[in-house]
Amino acid sequence: MTGVAHLVRLAAEPLIRWDWIGDHLDEIKARGLEHLQLTVLTLVIGFAISFPLALLAHRHRQIYAPLTWVTGILYTIPSLALFVALLPITGLSITTALIGLVSYTLLIFIRNTVAGLDGVPEDAKEAARGMGYTPRQILWRVEVPLAMPVIVAGVRIAAVTTVGLVTITALIGLGGFGHFILRGLREFFSTLTLLGAVLSVALAVAADAALLGVEWWLTPWARTRRTDRATQSQRRPTKETMG
Amino acid sequence: MAEPMISLQGVTKRFPNSSEPAVGDLSFDIAEGETVALVGPSGCGKTTTLKMINRLIEPSGGTILVDGVDVLRQDPVQLRRGIGYVIQSVGLMPHQTIERNIATVPHLLGWDDERIRVRTEELVALFDLDPEFLRRYPGELSGGQRQRVGVARALAADPAVMLMDEPFAAVDPIVRARLQDEFMAIQRRLRKTIVFVTHDVDEAVKLADRICILDTGGVLEQYAAPEEILRAPANAFVEAFVGGERGLKRLALIRVSDIEIEEGPVVTSQTAADEALRVIGSWGLGWASVVDDGELRGWVDPGALQGAPTVGDAATRPFSAYVTAQDSLRRALDSIVTSRTQVAVVASEGQRYLGILTLARISEEITS
Repeated sequence: MTGVAHLVRLAAEPLIRWDWIGDHLDEIKARGLEHLQLTVLTLVIGFAISFPLALLAHRHRQIYAPLTWVTGILYTIPSLALFVALLPITGLSITTALIGLVSYTLLIFIRNTVAGLDGVPEDAKEAARGMGYTPRQILWRVEVPLAMPVIVAGVRIAAVTTVGLVTITALIGLGGFGHFILRGLREFFSTLTLLGAVLSVALAVAADAALLGVEWWLTPWARTRRTDRATQSQRRPTKETMG
Repeated sequence: MAEPMISLQGVTKRFPNSSEPAVGDLSFDIAEGETVALVGPSGCGKTTTLKMINRLIEPSGGTILVDGVDVLRQDPVQLRRGIGYVIQSVGLMPHQTIERNIATVPHLLGWDDERIRVRTEELVALFDLDPEFLRRYPGELSGGQRQRVGVARALAADPAVMLMDEPFAAVDPIVRARLQDEFMAIQRRLRKTIVFVTHDVDEAVKLADRICILDTGGVLEQYAAPEEILRAPANAFVEAFVGGERGLKRLALIRVSDIEIEEGPVVTSQTAADEALRVIGSWGLGWASVVDDGELRGWVDPGALQGAPTVGDAATRPFSAYVTAQDSLRRALDSIVTSRTQVAVVASEGQRYLGILTLARISEEITS
């Protein structure tokens, strides 16, 4: 009977009730902050764990395979199952959410950081050594800055993935915008489901765009290259080809 | 002889997983202000030898002294900051501006901003770089421009010694020749002690004061001035390595001003036509240079002189090519074999006539 009643109600409902949204702006804002907080915490903790491991794997190649193996397994565990499995241990807490969310970022961060460091031109490192950079200076002044575009690309993938996964933590009482999705599904209230989904996607797109901005800001050398190459080929031969 | 700037004494390098040494018991000295080329076939240990001087590769045995101090007794990082280093692939820092790249070693040495700025300006002037480049990134420069910045960077902290590993190999031949000329001009002013590795015998002959020829395993075959190596190769290996055209290569080392040239057939604008014809006839070249007050105007031939009372009334044609006193005999030879009358006209940059150079004269020089 209740099922029928729901269906009747569903048929009568418009797809989106704008008045509900208007009446609940404070709650939407609070859930948005929660979503953002979970995402940022996940990325910060994930990066803090991954970056030193990636540096280690870059220096000592033999640990790279086991590292990607372990984080790869973590990455493949279905998120739902992981949260449920953690419940008896850490309960309905932010810790449960963060353990799950962080474990998904590790593989992405480690792979990208190592790939970025591997991609640093050999000649730049050799020249740096030959000019008297210490190994530490080579890492922080040459390798890390040059790996930055690939590292940031990893952060962007991790950010978009995390924004999506945060919605699933609604099952353990968190979820940010995911809370609306879950409630909407339970109550057959399409406004909430759509609201949660649209805002979550919007947050993912915004996070990606913001990180793209960060990358642009961090890598001034990569900005000019393309445009200047194009104009340079049109230019007449410069200095060096003249006496 | 004064204390050598660089001294290798019984230097050996064995790499793990290799039974034969890469460099075996190598000894030679390099004087202050000297440019020395390390050449040899691949596997001769020339790059290994170079890199042992600034300890990018650690010697397995022997002693290397730089400015009288054993490099193994120094901190490798400090040692390298005191030695200029240029590599084939340049290795500019792609994420730093040209200005910051040039100032790399001064920054490492902790110079203050003002001192770095002044030094950077000096280098920009020395290398005739466009100051606008300073704010650009390496990716925006051509290969040749990057290589010049690479050499400027190596000189930034004014090191007494420079090591260069195939410094001009990555650019095309035209740019390479220009960079080599520029390098020689700068080296003539700075008189640094330079060791460079090249696989190009011509480059070694052109740039080096002495060439160190190594065979596989870092065996020293000959260490002498280019002219001597070309004239008197120590053994069959050296002879084969420097290759054919030894005579031609030697010609590249001799300047026109180094040998005596002939006066040649010369007339002035005032010379009467019959006198001009007599001059032309006496040299048998079929033409005479027209020179007024030492300045080369061009040339006349009997055809042009017909009906003209003096040379000035005849049609004088400009020379299509001439060589200067600073040109090499090789360049002069090229001018001779491509001219109709097998003669090169020698003039200074300001069109001052100096004389003529013939094939016979060059041949005489090279066989003497």
